[in-house]
Amino acid sequence: MSIQDHLPALIVMLPLLGAFLTPAVASLGKKIRNIFFVLFSFLILLVALSIGCAVFWGSPMVYVMGGDSFAIALPSGMSYPVRILFEIDAFGALLALCIAIASFAGALFSVAYMDKFSGWKKYLSLYFMLTAGALGMCVTGDLFNFFVFVEISSIASFGLVAFWRDKPEAIEASFKYMLVSQIAAMLLLIAIGTLYGKYNSVTMAALSSMMADGFLERVVLALVLCVLAFKCGAFPMHAWMPDAYAEAPTGVTCLLVTVSQASFYGLIRVCYSIFPKIAAGGVVGWILIVFGCMSMFFGVMMAVVQHEIKRLMGYHSISQVGYMLLALGVGLVAMSDQQNMIAYGFTAMKGGLFHAVNYSMYKALLFLCAGSLYYATGTRNLDKMGGLARNMPWTAGMFVIAAAAISGLPPFNGFVSKWMIYESSFAIHPILPTIAMITSVLTLASFAKVFQAAFLGPAKTGFVAVREAPGFMLAGMAVLTVATLLLTFFPGWFISNIFEKAAGALVDNASYVRAVMGGI
Amino acid sequence: MKPLSVVVTSVCDIFAWFMIVFGVYVINNGHSTPGGGFQGGAIVATFLSFMLVAYGGSHFKRWVREGVYGLLEFVGLVAFFIFGCLGFPNSFFFNSLAIAYGATPISEWIPYCGTISLMNVAVGFEVVGALSIVVITMYESIHMVSTGEGMGGERGHDRFDR
Repeated sequence: MSIQDHLPALIVMLPLLGAFLTPAVASLGKKIRNIFFVLFSFLILLVALSIGCAVFWGSPMVYVMGGDSFAIALPSGMSYPVRILFEIDAFGALLALCIAIASFAGALFSVAYMDKFSGWKKYLSLYFMLTAGALGMCVTGDLFNFFVFVEISSIASFGLVAFWRDKPEAIEASFKYMLVSQIAAMLLLIAIGTLYGKYNSVTMAALSSMMADGFLERVVLALVLCVLAFKCGAFPMHAWMPDAYAEAPTGVTCLLVTVSQASFYGLIRVCYSIFPKIAAGGVVGWILIVFGCMSMFFGVMMAVVQHEIKRLMGYHSISQVGYMLLALGVGLVAMSDQQNMIAYGFTAMKGGLFHAVNYSMYKALLFLCAGSLYYATGTRNLDKMGGLARNMPWTAGMFVIAAAAISGLPPFNGFVSKWMIYESSFAIHPILPTIAMITSVLTLASFAKVFQAAFLGPAKTGFVAVREAPGFMLAGMAVLTVATLLLTFFPGWFISNIFEKAAGALVDNASYVRAVMGGI
Repeated sequence: MKPLSVVVTSVCDIFAWFMIVFGVYVINNGHSTPGGGFQGGAIVATFLSFMLVAYGGSHFKRWVREGVYGLLEFVGLVAFFIFGCLGFPNSFFFNSLAIAYGATPISEWIPYCGTISLMNVAVGFEVVGALSIVVITMYESIHMVSTGEGMGGERGHDRFDR
């Protein structure tokens, strides 16, 4: 048995095993618990890296759960798959890698950040469940299984957002998220059930090969679009996002950022791989573009006026998701015409995926910096902070890198991905890059405000004796800083070796279907 | 919650045990009849609700040890995972213990379905533990609201002291 063959199963098994073992391990003492937490998260990262290497420089991986052989999707005599399938192409592997990196960074950060708190058994179990749910969403090739992973990650997030249950704001944020999330989940279930009723299959590749262009399919696509746009926090379905991000423990917020990316993965997978015949061309692409522009602009407008650091960053998340929706919307509009696809569509998709990875890294880092400030000062209110750069030089340094990246300042990675999006969306309509640029300027203004308020100026009374965050927290932040800097220094390598392949995997729907359905 | 009349407690004394036996039957025969680990586990977990409703909060508090149900949950989940791993090297969850159609089993006590029945038992353990903890937690909340104090001592997670 080669471990390489079973990697797709391992990437979900490991976090699940971590969650199951937690109650026993957490009773063995603080040191063993911390080693277990960090080691398991690191193992998950290693598995995600191995999958990435295998898929970026090889072919898509297919894994059949419970089959006689993990590799045979269609046993003899079957015309479509009946078992649960995992299918990982370059796009799925890319986002799984982002989630694993954020999970590892969040684990390192949590070791010190949550040290003084009780309730570790619950925290650790739910943290691993959240990781399992998010990773599962990116690797599954089965639509109903996707729904199950959405639910696993949602339920784990409800618990983690309300972790500080003596805090009414946390309970409110969790309840709000739960209410809307469950309505969304039911709509998703109805949509998947409808497809199952008509096509007798929930395997994504099989559905894609059979999908017709009819009224029912359009209704299903509309439902799935709404649900997943809500889950990734697009305007006007964003209300849960700032609350949940602000109230969750910071290590979890870092992971929640990438969980919303897993929903973004679902949205794009559904549009490009399951419904390409309906989604390619005008309407769906323009819907994504409009969602994207509204999210970008209104997200940043709401962020500028915030005084509470984590809420401010929560609103910026809405704005950043807008860029990705805009880029992938442009890709969909261009998809019906080969010329347009070559001229600007493919660049837009590469830019969108590059931005998704950049966003996961620098936004997770920004949240960790905010958590570090909260840990040191005990407040999240920017008006009460000041002059902290002298006491917290490492946090200040890493914050500057992340803030410059999110604001799109050259030469940082955010600049490269945003530039690709401006360039390609200009071909559709000049107003689109204009909105994107205004958003970028406002983002810069907003983060200049945060940096000035928190780190510069005279030290406020009461914060003179503030010390730098503990080593583990800095280590968590350093992981994401290194990732951001790598993307900054080698954008060309990443674009040609990874993002081009991920975008290519989305456009080349036939190979996604072929990996499961063979020559059919 | 106050205890109910002697009629209710007497009926509970008899029926609560039947619920457990019936639940275990549903778990054990999940592979060949309607039901299975979850359904059977839910039936077994009603035992605790029976006790709570019939005997009231003070008895319930004395009888219940949350750690026992936590242990049941842990054992169930880990066992489920191990049974899933029995499928290697074919694939995760592959039913490697199943007896092929027409083959003679070693003993009539071993079911043909292989790991499915073992997994039912594991899920049964997990569900009994989890649903019992749900009942306990719900009772704790009622208790906390009505008396203003928690049953286990911990109310919120301790915070930084600043």
